[in-house]
Amino acid sequence: MGEEFSILPLELDNVSFEAGGKRLIKDLSHTFETALRTVIIGPNGAGKSLLLRLCHGLIGASAGRIVWHGAGDRDPAPYQGMVFQRPIMLRRSVAANVDYALALRGIRRRQRPVLVDEALVHTGLKRFARQPARLLSFGEQQKLALARVWALKPQILFLDEPTASLDPTATHTVEEIIAAFHAAGTRIVLTTHDLGQARRLADEVLFLHRGRLLEKAPAARFFAKPGNDLAEAFIRGELLWWRRGIDRREKPAGEKAID
Amino acid sequence: MPEFGAAFAEALSLVIRLDRDLAEIVWLSLKVSLAAVFLATVIGMPLGAAVALFHFPGRKAVIVGLNALMGLPPVVVGLIVYLALSRAGPFGVFGLLFTPAALIAAQVLLVVPIIAALTRQVVEDLWAEYSDQLRSFGAGPGRALTALLWDGRFTLLTAVLAGFGRASAEVGAVMIVGGNIDHVTRVMTTAIALEVRKGDLALALGLGVILMVLSLIVNGAAFLIKDTVETRYG
Repeated sequence: MGEEFSILPLELDNVSFEAGGKRLIKDLSHTFETALRTVIIGPNGAGKSLLLRLCHGLIGASAGRIVWHGAGDRDPAPYQGMVFQRPIMLRRSVAANVDYALALRGIRRRQRPVLVDEALVHTGLKRFARQPARLLSFGEQQKLALARVWALKPQILFLDEPTASLDPTATHTVEEIIAAFHAAGTRIVLTTHDLGQARRLADEVLFLHRGRLLEKAPAARFFAKPGNDLAEAFIRGELLWWRRGIDRREKPAGEKAID
Repeated sequence: MPEFGAAFAEALSLVIRLDRDLAEIVWLSLKVSLAAVFLATVIGMPLGAAVALFHFPGRKAVIVGLNALMGLPPVVVGLIVYLALSRAGPFGVFGLLFTPAALIAAQVLLVVPIIAALTRQVVEDLWAEYSDQLRSFGAGPGRALTALLWDGRFTLLTAVLAGFGRASAEVGAVMIVGGNIDHVTRVMTTAIALEVRKGDLALALGLGVILMVLSLIVNGAAFLIKDTVETRYG
């Protein structure tokens, strides 16, 4: 956002993540180029959230490398933002929630009110400024979570199923705010279960299944003709609960999707 | 029980008349306990928060220790402070034994574990809730500490109250280190113990009533604060 340099592209090189003896992300490689909107889809437990957390640095990879190529000597963390599925609200007023995020970024006290105001106006929360954040509705809390990162002006924004528990109206507003982030030059990386949302927002789609990246493609091509049979079944709305060899990428023609 | 009735009537009249001896004892008790709780809060809250947020070897033992110390017998604390402050002890030169300062020291020792242990629980729970978001904002546990104490302020008030309850109600420690000296270190609990032994049930009962009323007022006020604020802040 108005900065000359960019920490992007972000490269994941053979990244794995293990917890409790289980490999939850398996040998994942991908480069997040600048200026695209990436939507990560896949069933529950596919590792979508973990992938965002790995990228954002909330957890460390068990193997492989995560490199911010543009960052150089700089710490990439302050240039990133993240919005979680369940908004985490501090027990303070709406304005104070934004203010605290700015304070943690080292923004001076005198400069903060203007930025807080701008973020609240932008997300339509101005009239709630003095209200306790935790008494907002769920949709408004998610807007506040977006307002907080808006104030931080990140270069890349990770969104972990940001509209998973929202009604269509709130989902629409949240998508509008995401579009505004995109228009302002913020790189968007979003996970979702909502295929409609994926179609609306994605420039690029990553399909994850059981910790593996099974397909990555430009959105138009992915939705027209996915190369992977599981991805195809997923976008047809089928339930991916059957067991099959994970490495078997192709199915014989004519075989039913659920075998 | 006619004696009990008479004693109770006498007790009420002492309270209503604001008997000087009684008032002096109540005032000293309040001063000592409030000072002790204040100091214990200043020590115990950062201590509890630090144990909640930082990982160091022996952390679990510290947590178990703090929880166990919540039930520390007052007489044992009294004995420790007595030994520390007595002429031969490490702090003997200050001549604090049998002064209100000794009472405060003993009560601080009793209250610090309560405030620290409860603070640890509150801060640890809050950190579990906030950590993803705060770390995303770039704040590790160290920078988050003040924010967590601030956001937990209404729950922490309960911890301080529990501390105040302990400080104002205990008798064993202040008896040993204060000696229950009239006009110097006589507080409500030690006075009650003494008056009962002397047979002056009226004064003992009067003090008991006041002690209970004070406790009610303090807890009632805290409940009201917490209740109104929680409905306002969620």
